[in-house]
Amino acid sequence: MSEPAQQTQRPYRPEISRLWWLRRRSYVFFVLRELSSIFVAWSVVFLLLLVRALAQGEAQFRAFLDWAAGPWVVALDVLTLAFLVLHAVTWFNLTPAATVVKLRGRRVPPRAIAGGAYAAWVAVTALVVVLVVTR
Amino acid sequence: MEPVLWLLFSAGGVVSALFLPVLVFLFALAVPLGWIEEPGRDRLLGLLGHPLTALVLLGICVLSLLHWAQRFRYTLFDGLRLKAHERPINVGVYALALLGSAAAAVVLWQAVAARSG
Amino acid sequence: MADTITLEVARYRPDRETEPTVEAFEVPLRRDWAVLDGLNHVKDNLDGSLSYRWSCRMGICGSCGMTVNGEPRLTCATFLVDYAPGPVRVEPLANFPVIRDLVVDIGDFMRKLPEVSPWIVRGEGTSVEEGEYLQTPEQLADYSQFSMCINCMLCYSACPVYGLDPEFVGPAAIALAQRYNLDSRDEGADVRMDLLIHPEGIWGCTFVGECTRACPKGVDPAGAIQRYKLTAALQSLKSFVLPRGPR
Repeated sequence: MSEPAQQTQRPYRPEISRLWWLRRRSYVFFVLRELSSIFVAWSVVFLLLLVRALAQGEAQFRAFLDWAAGPWVVALDVLTLAFLVLHAVTWFNLTPAATVVKLRGRRVPPRAIAGGAYAAWVAVTALVVVLVVTR
Repeated sequence: MEPVLWLLFSAGGVVSALFLPVLVFLFALAVPLGWIEEPGRDRLLGLLGHPLTALVLLGICVLSLLHWAQRFRYTLFDGLRLKAHERPINVGVYALALLGSAAAAVVLWQAVAARSG
Repeated sequence: MADTITLEVARYRPDRETEPTVEAFEVPLRRDWAVLDGLNHVKDNLDGSLSYRWSCRMGICGSCGMTVNGEPRLTCATFLVDYAPGPVRVEPLANFPVIRDLVVDIGDFMRKLPEVSPWIVRGEGTSVEEGEYLQTPEQLADYSQFSMCINCMLCYSACPVYGLDPEFVGPAAIALAQRYNLDSRDEGADVRMDLLIHPEGIWGCTFVGECTRACPKGVDPAGAIQRYKLTAALQSLKSFVLPRGPR
């Protein structure tokens, strides 16, 4: 009896496409989240270009601001801001799943940890705005 | 090596989430497009070229680049199924991140020098 | 409510076909019928050759996991009325080789599971006379969520990383390792760390989070893996700073 059983042992393994992440909406969202890293890197490059222009002189700083106000750069930076917010929100939302904080032997509820992360975000944002805008 | 890279990725994830949205909003949109009164070069240089600010900015830049390196290489491994080329990808992304970090140090140093000089 | 619903069932008979086909069956649509009841109706009344696994019908045995309308589900806990008017597509669990119809080869998971030592490891056991290992309710709460796993493998089916790289240890096995690591009676954390600190262990996971969404028992394997990454990273940092120190 063992021989027919052997013959039928032919497990089916489906091919995985390179575009496997298009199969489900949650996978697409995951890939978008991961792609935010490219915009994180671009933000760093942009900020360093700004600092370099500042260091070089008034004329270079003016030229940088004109370049940064061009339609293509503005479009790229709007997209960048959208991806940065996606990164921040997904990061803060997943923080409670990855970290367990204990106070006096009791586990701090996940909502409190996420709330703390968002509070820190608001505080940092406010601090930077105050530093840059007020004279 | 993976544990250290992951810790740096996580630290970079926190720092970039906290600081980059507001920085990009202010310096890439609000200032160039005139949404807020432009602070002027002297004031901005006074702020960004301050040694303490420069040090914080350096930390943000380096950690954010290391965050990018880790996440981007896994995007290539899984999203584009390039796991077979793991070694050159690893070398490539971390070489870029280190290069960017060095550039950040140079540029920020120039700003500190320009402010005091 | 219509009194029947169509089940589109994936069929794969390796002696006859080289890849799966779909066969449609009309089954009674009853309020209390799960997808598994529909499959049982097919097998008992329409086509006795349909192959699938099931046992307890109450979400404990973990053997009736299948893909229902694209989602990994326990078919005993997924009700036909929720898909009315249908059709309902029933396929084998994704990411596993298909042996026949809805039956997949779970050998890979069965090999990985014992590798993480999912039992209480003690250096030196104590004798029965010395009594039980006591545990407070707080200590129990540290791991009880992860002990709900029924090994149904829905998380493996949902995990794209496992689909792409079958070497990845995977969600349930890591969550079970964490279940014992967090147990105050256990002393096996170092043994498990040696296995899970490999690139195919925890570091392959990119926190997609699909395993946690798929889990019918609320285990949260994704959270378990991220927490374990933090523990492992700090641990290896410590052993880097103190190379010969105690681990």
